[in-house]
Amino acid sequence: MNMLTISGSPHLHSDNSTRKIMFGVVVALLPAMLVAVYYFGLGALEVIVLSVFFSVFFEWLIQKYLIKGPLTITDGSAVVTGILLAFNVPSNLPWWMVIIGALVAIGIGKMSFGGLGKNIFNPALVSRVFLLVSFPVAMTSWPKPHPITKVLVDTVTGPTPLGYIKEGLGAGKTLSELIPHLPSYAQQLMGQMGGSLGEVSALAILLGGIYMLWKKIITWEIPVSMLLTVFVFSGILWLINPQHYMDPVFNLLTGGVMLGAVFMATDMVTSPMTRGGQLLFGFGIGLITMLIRVWGAYPEGVSFAILLMNSVVPLINRGFKPRRFGKVKAATVK
Amino acid sequence: MGLLKTFVLGGIHPPENKLSAGQPVRTLKVPDQVVVPMGQNLGAPSKPVVKRGDKVKTGQLIAEAGGFISARIHSPVSGTVFKIDQVMDMSGYRRTAVIIKVDGDEWMEDIDRSDTLVTEINFSPEEIIEKVKDAGIVGMGGATFPTHVKLMPPPGKSADYLLINGVECEPYLTADHQLMLEKGAEIIVGTRLLMKALKVKKAVIGIENNKPDAIRQMTELAAKEEGITVQPLKVKYPQGGEKQLIKAVTGREVPSGKLPVEVGCVVQNVGTTFAVYEAVMKNKPLIERVVTVTGKALSNPSNLKVRIGTPIKFLVEEAGGLPEDTGKVIGGGPMMGKALATLDVPVVKGTSGVLLMREAESHRLPESPCIRCSKCTQVCPMGLEPFLLSRLSRMGRFEDAEKEKVMDCIECGSCQYTCPAHIPLLDYLRLGKNKVGALIRARSKK
Ligand code: SF4
Ligand code: SF4
Repeated sequence: MNMLTISGSPHLHSDNSTRKIMFGVVVALLPAMLVAVYYFGLGALEVIVLSVFFSVFFEWLIQKYLIKGPLTITDGSAVVTGILLAFNVPSNLPWWMVIIGALVAIGIGKMSFGGLGKNIFNPALVSRVFLLVSFPVAMTSWPKPHPITKVLVDTVTGPTPLGYIKEGLGAGKTLSELIPHLPSYAQQLMGQMGGSLGEVSALAILLGGIYMLWKKIITWEIPVSMLLTVFVFSGILWLINPQHYMDPVFNLLTGGVMLGAVFMATDMVTSPMTRGGQLLFGFGIGLITMLIRVWGAYPEGVSFAILLMNSVVPLINRGFKPRRFGKVKAATVK
Repeated sequence: MGLLKTFVLGGIHPPENKLSAGQPVRTLKVPDQVVVPMGQNLGAPSKPVVKRGDKVKTGQLIAEAGGFISARIHSPVSGTVFKIDQVMDMSGYRRTAVIIKVDGDEWMEDIDRSDTLVTEINFSPEEIIEKVKDAGIVGMGGATFPTHVKLMPPPGKSADYLLINGVECEPYLTADHQLMLEKGAEIIVGTRLLMKALKVKKAVIGIENNKPDAIRQMTELAAKEEGITVQPLKVKYPQGGEKQLIKAVTGREVPSGKLPVEVGCVVQNVGTTFAVYEAVMKNKPLIERVVTVTGKALSNPSNLKVRIGTPIKFLVEEAGGLPEDTGKVIGGGPMMGKALATLDVPVVKGTSGVLLMREAESHRLPESPCIRCSKCTQVCPMGLEPFLLSRLSRMGRFEDAEKEKVMDCIECGSCQYTCPAHIPLLDYLRLGKNKVGALIRARSKK
């Protein structure tokens, strides 16, 4: 008889794998990708392709020649980072900046920590903040959205709704003067507004989120607690002074809140492991986002909020344990 | 059906593959030689009371219990003791076994081998426990804890619930299912015997909902009895775990590090319950059991009644012969069973199944880095963090592993089953449990 395999139980394995999860995320990113190309044209497509290609390429390069370790580019994680990086920059970002972005995301954000699973910060966001600090102008000139059917290459730029409000208020204007110039809620929902290329359509992002929930790639705790916090916080300010603060729906639909809640904060590597910890994590991100939006120097704060909360995840993991079976108080046991 | 009961924390649902479901139990012929290992129960190994050359009858005592937590062993066949030697058993280690050359099948005179159902219980609780002890009965679901010990709660503790475990949540296994269909009435009498021994008024038979015929049959039989009910349960692994079953049926939670009797519950498997019936009402010691022999490449997956000590090889032959591409043979179910090095090892009291896996299904996938997806934590029925525990054991930080409750792990394998990075979590958890166990023992010696 041939040799029998000996190994410890269990002898069955689910068909789950890292690659399956990563490509599940890619599928979830597709609707937002389509919307980006629809509104921002070939520029968006170019940024996405460059970002994905160079993210994978740099990972390969670093593993092959610098670390000389096993190659893992087929696990799909570099692809996800590439798409997310593209989603976090304007669709007209010069090609060489995209390449630098990919290098920072993979080289500093991921590989310098030891590769997949070991990084503390979301690599795409590390890179986004790096680009924002290095190339502030390029990173904040947003092409105006035009359905692809009308214009293929777009050169006109305009502010994001958040930036427009922040600037306007800073210049002493009132909200009732500013609001008529904003895109309608319907346009915001669909993504017809200025912004980073993957963050504009709340609807497309939600679709991806529902897919990931269905496929059990993410759990509801982080997105729900983050969105709820933004909603409640901005709602309270709005109720106090509707002349000075934008309403909660506006705060949910604009900027990176949706993208952050569904795709960035839920990054499994950099988020807490237990449900309780995830709720706190989402709450912290929502809170910091609003603090920056309302009182900070930037019109938008989701990236900073997520990175800040990333840094306390080890602490959260220490403080929040799952409910242990059998941790019953003596009194309840008869 | 409405909402079915189940346990709350974690759990998984692997494909069931109950290939041998509905196969009537066939009696396997007695082999030419049996190998009866002395370590068939949890606790101390039994001590042989026969010597080379002795003639033995079927059912005759051949080994005494080796301690308080131990069980007696009886000859499963009649013949001559050929030798007492070290042989490899399912554990893969060489241990003492009594090897008997078979000669006919002559039973001890006081054993009632007829199929007549005896329902009249004329024994005191003490007599029942004594008979269970004499018959060498151990938990037949795989845990092999001596049954009589479970029937004697420690001083100051008492049970008010008896739970009969008919869950059979391991994929592929159908022995308990078939036993409930064929020996339901006997299992009910066994339940009454156990209730009397434990002095409890309530017994619940828990059965997963993927066995509707067994639920129907047992419900009908239980309807005629006072205090016995059947509880259908949602299909979820590892519901057959004692603590999970108690939680599912009664809502009570056994405290960490404590025994079920702490919350007034005693759990017995249906196979064990049937063995109790035979021991008390028929004077029959535990010398045979029903084993599921199964596998996708096997031509004839079966439920077989076999004598203890029969080589696994015999069972496989009866079920159609060893398929060409067999890569792994498992004693027990695929989630908690043990991979065997050879088909020469014998069936023991705790052998619930023999599963043949194809070459292609036998190998583990290569491990990749933990992506911190927390899936392992979500499915752990004990509320542990397997990724953390495995890392702590890998790093040798056993004190920390103890604080993180590694000893609560029931080794169900749900975490490893679900891990997308294919990390052999349970291997590390077992290592951790071993080392922490040694730490605890060293502490209590001081
Ligand atoms: S094997 Fe242990 S740690 Fe893993 S899921 Fe089961 S009880 Fe939890
Ligand atoms: S399931 Fe595997 S990859 Fe996911 S957290 Fe647990 S050990 Fe890590």
